[in-house]
Amino acid sequence: MVLHLAWASLRRHTSRTLLAILGVAVAAAMLLDMVMMSTGLRESFRELLMSRGFQLRIAPKGTLPFDTDATIADVGRIVATLRLNDDIIAISPVLGSTIHVPIGPRTFTSATLGVNPAVQGDYDLVSGRDPAAVNEIAVNDDFVSATGVKVGDTIQVSTGYDPQLRTYSDSRAMVITGRVRFLYGAANQLATAMNLSTVQEMARRSDKASLFMIKVRDDADVEEARAWIERAVPQVSALSIATALEQVDQRLSYFRQLAFILGTVSLFVGFLLVTTLITVSVNERVGEITVMRALGVSKGHIVQQIVVEGMVITLSGAAAGLALGLVTARYLNGILASFPGLPVAIDFFLFQPKAAWMSLGLLSLSGIAAGVYPSWRAASLPIATTLREEAIA
Amino acid sequence: MSLVEVRDLARDYRFGADDVHALRGVTFDIAEGDYVAIVGPSGCGKSTLLNLLGAIDKPTRGTVRIRNESPGSMRDREATLFRLRNIGFVFQRFYLMPTLSARENVELPMAEAGLKSAERSARARELLSYVGLAQRERHRPSELSGGEQQRVAIARALANKPAILLADEPTGELDAKTGAEIIALFGQLNADRTTIIVVTHDDELARAARRRIHMRDGVIVNE
Repeated sequence: MVLHLAWASLRRHTSRTLLAILGVAVAAAMLLDMVMMSTGLRESFRELLMSRGFQLRIAPKGTLPFDTDATIADVGRIVATLRLNDDIIAISPVLGSTIHVPIGPRTFTSATLGVNPAVQGDYDLVSGRDPAAVNEIAVNDDFVSATGVKVGDTIQVSTGYDPQLRTYSDSRAMVITGRVRFLYGAANQLATAMNLSTVQEMARRSDKASLFMIKVRDDADVEEARAWIERAVPQVSALSIATALEQVDQRLSYFRQLAFILGTVSLFVGFLLVTTLITVSVNERVGEITVMRALGVSKGHIVQQIVVEGMVITLSGAAAGLALGLVTARYLNGILASFPGLPVAIDFFLFQPKAAWMSLGLLSLSGIAAGVYPSWRAASLPIATTLREEAIA
Repeated sequence: MSLVEVRDLARDYRFGADDVHALRGVTFDIAEGDYVAIVGPSGCGKSTLLNLLGAIDKPTRGTVRIRNESPGSMRDREATLFRLRNIGFVFQRFYLMPTLSARENVELPMAEAGLKSAERSARARELLSYVGLAQRERHRPSELSGGEQQRVAIARALANKPAILLADEPTGELDAKTGAEIIALFGQLNADRTTIIVVTHDDELARAARRRIHMRDGVIVNE
């Protein structure tokens, strides 16, 4: 009967109930999006860093990878030094540069990475093969779309553009061997990959690298390896995923605080919405509630009935909010994917079941709690006096 | 032995700085199967007396004993259970649950008492048939006339086979013809051994009772 009465009461004002559910859904969606955003960027970044199993990055002292144009000298010697550590099982030096590709009347400017294809962790091969030889190049889909080239084509690749003389320091013909997808590439960014030695030669950066990606044995202590590298190669900073995430955390702290505040506001709005609705609904039904008490219905059952009403509203709202939150997160992710300087693979809004269920659970609990006080208050009114007042009203 | 024993019953209210003595020491007994009308001018304490008999108010002084129990000294939970098992209320304004059908309204006290669905449904039908509304069980209160609503309220009051049926101005909202039907129904109920205490201004209803208690200024002046 409790459920029946609660359901009947909700159906009595269908539009009001639906509006309340919609209101809770919007609050729940916002709460979910804030939770997804507060943790999503960090988790997404962590997943991206771990995607190819490289646990360590080495960058020029005091910098983050590709944060500046600074490079690390003596790549050969550093590789030799790193190989002395038995825990290190893969070393991938990477040199970033810019190339210019004249095609028809236009010259396209593209980022390029010099890598060792055998151990690289920067791209996935989509079709064709890696650029293993010195005159080979792999390109991404944005490059293909912009230039109209295809695998097997030969293109003229130039580096070291002098804007005053309008000349290049190096220019050579290269064969496109494959199409690749760069893990850390930004949206709409033209990008290519070549053999490390080719880029070093063309960029006039012999034996230099922008960073090293390091893989250590699974059973090795990553932090210990990181400390060893910084001791063995003093001119570099070694970053583990944990330390990289610390840096990310520092940079995103304002972002997270904002998400936390907005999430709390959403939770509060949801709570207030249900409290207001239940209070209005209870006040309208004081007479009915008092009559039920006079007939012998216990306070507990009256509270149960009204709490069930709050539960139906919050649970339905939370369920709708989950769907709405995921849709809006996806839409916003699409917009933010073109955020300058961030890899396209980074998700601003990452759905993490534990955090999502916890936040929606919290909202549902607050909605349930919202029904307790007004219903208990109404059920505790003096029966005789309230009936007299209701009769006069 | 009396079903209801009222001894020196008093009830004071405080309105601002003033004390209002609504009931000033009332004593009487009611036997099982009795049909009592409490009459008197407005403000004489009739409804206050009914509230105390119905365990929805507590006396300032004195006692009410119903079936040897003192609801006035009970805590809220016990008083609620006492009402559920022993008291049937009929109000002037019917006070049916607007979202429930006639049958569901009658089932409400039985559901609270823990009767199984089939059992309470059968008894609700039986009671609605008794009050002449067998064909109206699925109707909501808004689809029923005033007289029909009051009949449903009477059926609801009888749901848990109470010791006493308490009615506060049961014909107050009804026209003369419908009021007469309700009076007839009360007569039939009493003939079937239901103890009825009714508070009324309606002379017809008062005359239909076997016994009349006249009140004035919070005391019984004549019986």
